[in-house]
Amino acid sequence: MATIPCRKAITDTLLEEGKKNPNLYVVTSDARGSVTLTDFARELPGQFVEVGIAEQNAVGIAAGLALSGKNAFVCGPACFYSARSLEQIKVDVAYTGSSVKVIGVSGGVSYGALGSTHHSLHDIAVMRTFPGMRVYLPSDRFQSVWLTRYLSTSDESAYVRVGRNAVPDIYSEKDTFEPGKASVLKSGEDIAIIATGETVYHALKAAEKLEADGVRTTVIDMFTIKPLDESTVIDAAKNTRCILTVEEHSIYGGLGAAISEITSQHHPVRMKILGIPDENAVHGNSPEIFAHYGLDMEGIYRHATSLLAPAEGALNY
Amino acid sequence: MLEQTAVNVRMKLLQNILMAGGGHTGGSLSSVDILVALYFHVMHIDPEKPDLEDRDRFIMSKGHSVESFHTVLSKRGYFSQETLDTYGKFNSILAGHPTRRVPGVELNSGALGHGPSVGTGMAIAAKRTGSKYRIFVLMGDGEQGEGSVLEAAAAAGHYHLDNLVGIVDRNYLQISGYTEEVMAIENLEGKYRACGWAIRECDGHDMKELTETLDNTPFEPGKPSLVIARTIKGKGVSFMENKASWHHRVPSAEELEKALEELDLKRMTYDGDYSL
Repeated sequence: MATIPCRKAITDTLLEEGKKNPNLYVVTSDARGSVTLTDFARELPGQFVEVGIAEQNAVGIAAGLALSGKNAFVCGPACFYSARSLEQIKVDVAYTGSSVKVIGVSGGVSYGALGSTHHSLHDIAVMRTFPGMRVYLPSDRFQSVWLTRYLSTSDESAYVRVGRNAVPDIYSEKDTFEPGKASVLKSGEDIAIIATGETVYHALKAAEKLEADGVRTTVIDMFTIKPLDESTVIDAAKNTRCILTVEEHSIYGGLGAAISEITSQHHPVRMKILGIPDENAVHGNSPEIFAHYGLDMEGIYRHATSLLAPAEGALNY
Repeated sequence: MLEQTAVNVRMKLLQNILMAGGGHTGGSLSSVDILVALYFHVMHIDPEKPDLEDRDRFIMSKGHSVESFHTVLSKRGYFSQETLDTYGKFNSILAGHPTRRVPGVELNSGALGHGPSVGTGMAIAAKRTGSKYRIFVLMGDGEQGEGSVLEAAAAAGHYHLDNLVGIVDRNYLQISGYTEEVMAIENLEGKYRACGWAIRECDGHDMKELTETLDNTPFEPGKPSLVIARTIKGKGVSFMENKASWHHRVPSAEELEKALEELDLKRMTYDGDYSL
């Protein structure tokens, strides 16, 4: 089991990289505690910018830093950065092409019972439509570290979303990382489950249960939503009977939509998009909300099973 | 001579707005003198090297006044008049708001209230790396309605960014009318002062006042500077002056002719270069 949340893995890595590179800057908006930036602020005060509760200003300042040769990370709750400061991300970051990395922490329904103000279930949909913007949802602490190291030297504009609590490990130190390339965790010919972020672990557990039933299952960790690894998606469509996508996001515009944009144009296949339906999410803690919407092992197993045994008259490809 | 350059810029930008069939006439005319003062006198820049490391930075936060901005950049030598004349044509590098595709432009703008934050970020970067350059941000007065402007003003004061200069093109008109009737922004000076800025007012069409004021920034060590430049929307053309309707109205061919005649008379009062 993991010992630290992904957000901590990211900030530990930012501190490590920041010590090596004086041009790495971190901006936050009264969120150093929730992001876990207190060590960075204490050890590298010259590379840390606090703006108070002002997300628009935080992103604009990060863009100004980036346009002045800094590699700027702006860190705070995903719910606020993907909404309040969305125009700054659209204009000052993506449109201007500034090297700003927006690290959205406690994303999706991490803040569970706090309500929809604190949920970010639209962020993938909006971020991936901004030209040039990269979108990443690492699935565990190891991937969070590798991604942060990579972003520390890249000059791209990016949005990263991670959750609040520690999640089980998917990878280990000896695994490799390639941004933009999906990670195929299991291969099987009956069904491909494509997941992202925290749902990857649940997809793997569901695959174990499916395999116990004799269902050969592919599990893909699509941690890079944009640019999307099209060839891995097309291979999954060709080599399996159906695709189930799983995401902690609205069923509209997210991972499932991105995957179906590829399959519908290159290799149509029966699909199910599993996510949060078109409603304000129920109130509860994150595991309760996952269970309610079928994003946990049981739900994924249930949906995979019904996708494999379509009702009579359903489309067959 | 700065005054004459400004008249030339006014004539050229009006021609280009007619040619393109669109533009922000009133605010472009009100900002011309400020831009000419900055680009032809105040700022340390080299149009041959738009990326010069220690250049002064300029952000056109009121991006809709792009016609004056593009015309000044072109006349200063950042790009040719031939390129300037592609304005309004399909796939021109010149859009209806500033973009970094254009040499000399530091930030894509057009959505209001963004420039002050980005300028603040640039000023923090300069301070922390010991660079001496200044950052100038030109804002509209209507733009002061955006909450993000005050977020940036607070941060700039908090971090004592005396390398940051905000300029308000205070023409008292926004698209719907008189600023204080649409949504009052006064007491503007008091707002910025409360955020830790040093403020000076000047006549935004008087080159001597403008250059003296801008040359003397920072007004106080340890404080960002705000120049409230009193201007006239539509400045230079009698029938466009002080009319909100000219915010983005395009002159007819006859109106352009009349405007150019007026400006030409003004231009002829100066010695020197009469080329547009």
